[in-house]
Amino acid sequence: MAAFGSFCLLIALALAAYNLLAGALALRLLATGQPARISPERLADTARRAGIAGFVAVTAAAFALVWSVFTNDFSITYIVEHSNRALPIAYKFAALWSGQEGSLLLWAWLLGMFGFVLRLRHKTDVRLYAYAGMILAGVQVFFLAVINFAAPPFALLKGAIPDDGNGLNPLLQYPEMVIHPPMLYLGYVGFSVPFAFALGALMMRYPGEKWIRITRTWTMVTWLFLTCGIFLGMHWAYAVLGWGGYWGWDPVENASFMPWLTGTAFLHSVMMQERKGMMKSWNVWLIFSTFLLTLLGTLLTRAGLVSSVHAFAQSSIGTWFVVFMCIVLAVCIFTYVYQRGHLKTEHHLESLVSRESSFLFNNLVLLTACFVILWGTLFPILSEYVEGSKVTVGPPFYNRVAVPIGLFLLFLTGVGPLLPWRATSLKAIKRNFVLPVIALWAMVIVCLVAGVNPWRGGEFSSGSFYALVGFAVSAAVLTAILAEFLRGAGVISRQTGRNLFAATWLLTRRNTRRYGGYLIHIGVVIAVVGLCGSAFNRNVESEMGLNSTMSIGPYTLVQVGATQDSNLNYSSEYAMLDVSKGGKKLFQMTPEKRFYQASGQPQTMVAIHSVPEWDLYVVYEGTNPDTGQPIIKAFLNPLVSWIWFGLVVMVFGTFVALVPSLTPATAALRVPAAQAAPVAPALKGGD
Amino acid sequence: MATRLRFAFWTRAVEVTVLAVAICFSLGASNPSGRLNDLDHRLMCTCGCAQILGECNHVGCTESTQELTELKADIAAGMGDRQILSAFVAKYGATVLAAPPAHGFDLVAWIAPFAVFAAALLGTILLIRRWGGLGGKPQAAVATDPAVLDPEERERLQRIRRETGSDGGF
Repeated sequence: MAAFGSFCLLIALALAAYNLLAGALALRLLATGQPARISPERLADTARRAGIAGFVAVTAAAFALVWSVFTNDFSITYIVEHSNRALPIAYKFAALWSGQEGSLLLWAWLLGMFGFVLRLRHKTDVRLYAYAGMILAGVQVFFLAVINFAAPPFALLKGAIPDDGNGLNPLLQYPEMVIHPPMLYLGYVGFSVPFAFALGALMMRYPGEKWIRITRTWTMVTWLFLTCGIFLGMHWAYAVLGWGGYWGWDPVENASFMPWLTGTAFLHSVMMQERKGMMKSWNVWLIFSTFLLTLLGTLLTRAGLVSSVHAFAQSSIGTWFVVFMCIVLAVCIFTYVYQRGHLKTEHHLESLVSRESSFLFNNLVLLTACFVILWGTLFPILSEYVEGSKVTVGPPFYNRVAVPIGLFLLFLTGVGPLLPWRATSLKAIKRNFVLPVIALWAMVIVCLVAGVNPWRGGEFSSGSFYALVGFAVSAAVLTAILAEFLRGAGVISRQTGRNLFAATWLLTRRNTRRYGGYLIHIGVVIAVVGLCGSAFNRNVESEMGLNSTMSIGPYTLVQVGATQDSNLNYSSEYAMLDVSKGGKKLFQMTPEKRFYQASGQPQTMVAIHSVPEWDLYVVYEGTNPDTGQPIIKAFLNPLVSWIWFGLVVMVFGTFVALVPSLTPATAALRVPAAQAAPVAPALKGGD
Repeated sequence: MATRLRFAFWTRAVEVTVLAVAICFSLGASNPSGRLNDLDHRLMCTCGCAQILGECNHVGCTESTQELTELKADIAAGMGDRQILSAFVAKYGATVLAAPPAHGFDLVAWIAPFAVFAAALLGTILLIRRWGGLGGKPQAAVATDPAVLDPEERERLQRIRRETGSDGGF
């Protein structure tokens, strides 16, 4: 199977190279009109078919690797290092992306799959798709070259073949690791598609904003995958690493967050291009930057440039990525300089206080946040270069610098939708902002009464202060968005006689993009409320013998037993803790410590009881070597479940935004003739 | 006159915002809880786990246990925060600090984000000003009402909607 897999990868590389070269030649011939022995259209079609065949070849290679994992083919180094016989079936799939070589193969396969879908839909716009397909083939050539020559997944083991493998990293033996990396990769790789279309459209001086419309669904779905991937990664870190947190500003976490920020900026600013023909250069560079940041993220994870708990082993493929990034950047700069005349803006901003300028400021803040994270991630390298010694840029730096920027962004999330396009008057500002401002100050008072007081005990707490600001701004933003819904629904309700709920539904259906966007903003606000809760985390740690008790918040934990268990994959120690509240027993928690047989590594399995107010999070830290008693650490983390619920709302909002709006014709069919009435202009077109 | 008043209003608003942000940052330097909790969150565990000292949860991690013991001893000895941090840097190297120190070249780490943000903000405002956004005539919200749009603008909006197959987004 190793030979078959290697052969498939070589074939895939050859096909991708043909796709790139033949596609480029065909497009060149088409552009210049030069005569040729073969018609450019036919040449371009052979290139397209080579791309499709390449996907089949990469699929076969990925299948060969998965097959090798399932058949325990320990003649392959990768299988020895990332699997073992006792590994559960779900994690055998996870072995595909648990190592450097396999994850690069997954990247190439996903890229091939996106390219396959794109090439099947080529009739939408043959020429633009040919450009995009050629660019994707260029990216695919790079990844397949790396897999074939620098990080081959089918490399054979030197020496005697072992009876069993080293097993999967225990940190990865968790359900989320079966879906978190593929989600993240779908997000990373997915941004190749809008990048390819943007670069292709620029190369061919494509008229209009059609490429944006074509890629809108791609971009939104990709953004959704990246969002889910980031949140699932947070949940994995929360449930597996056992430190009570979910985001540690680790370089690899940062690497996934940066393209999300630029991708989010792109999703907002692209509306300016659609509506006003503005910010064309800006949008092109946003999508170029997003793609480059996905490559940078991959580089950071794999090259060992920065220390990280997530990184793969240090390897030489960093040089490959640096060279490729330089090539991509050079191509982008050259194409932009050569074709920039095509990107002239059709309109200018007319007012500082308008929807357009709010998008501009939103982009400014998102990109500043991206810069801060990039700066913090790379500063240790810069410092080492200048001063000869490394420094650490950890959570205190980001909390001081990035959190205020995030709060400002949250503020803009609420302000932007309240501003009309083009310009506004002071009277309109007063009218739209009165409710949110009341909500803001009401929340400040509620928080202070509830004990969220940054100055409690004569000592200032920056965490509580940020939380207070976060809660207050969240209340204002939520009020602003709900007011928007109610205002529109009220008009429809008056016109059609429907109840407010049905009117809200119809309002959303009439402009899914606008109201889906608002739902996403609501999801963001809910997640931010959850993040603010971290300012009030508490924890206690104690050695707990039989019947020992520990109290945290309203809960009392009683140790009623500690035992051991084992299976083929791992042995485990765990404590049984009865949890009571107000003297009444509620449930039992069993935090666990596992010791994996194949790798010999320990792993924490946290016990979490989640309610809307907080998570009771209990860690079995091991046993005291002197007394043999379990050491238990319990955390009470407020509002954590709000973060995951926020993600659910964001996903729902994205789906709503992806559904086509009701056209006037279909809307009329859904409204009884007697009730049908002209739709108020304010409800149309997001004005 | 109205333009001047409006400009003055926005200038004052920007001043208040900058002041609020400055207060926010200066307040951020304060102590979140006890000294030990503060200091162990300003130091890193040196075992290579890349975790904050106060959050390192490795069972049997001798490095964090030793560091925490030293930290408690330093606090008990009455050493100041700066002295304690300097002692840790002298013993474990600069990477033991969880954030770059605010002096020497490392000060750049703290200044650059704000400098970039300020430059970008200024650039954006100047750009809008150059386009006529500041000091331009306030055009009320009704300008976007299709009923009062001029035919050319209405045709343009319709063309965009036709071309993009959407109803305009937000």
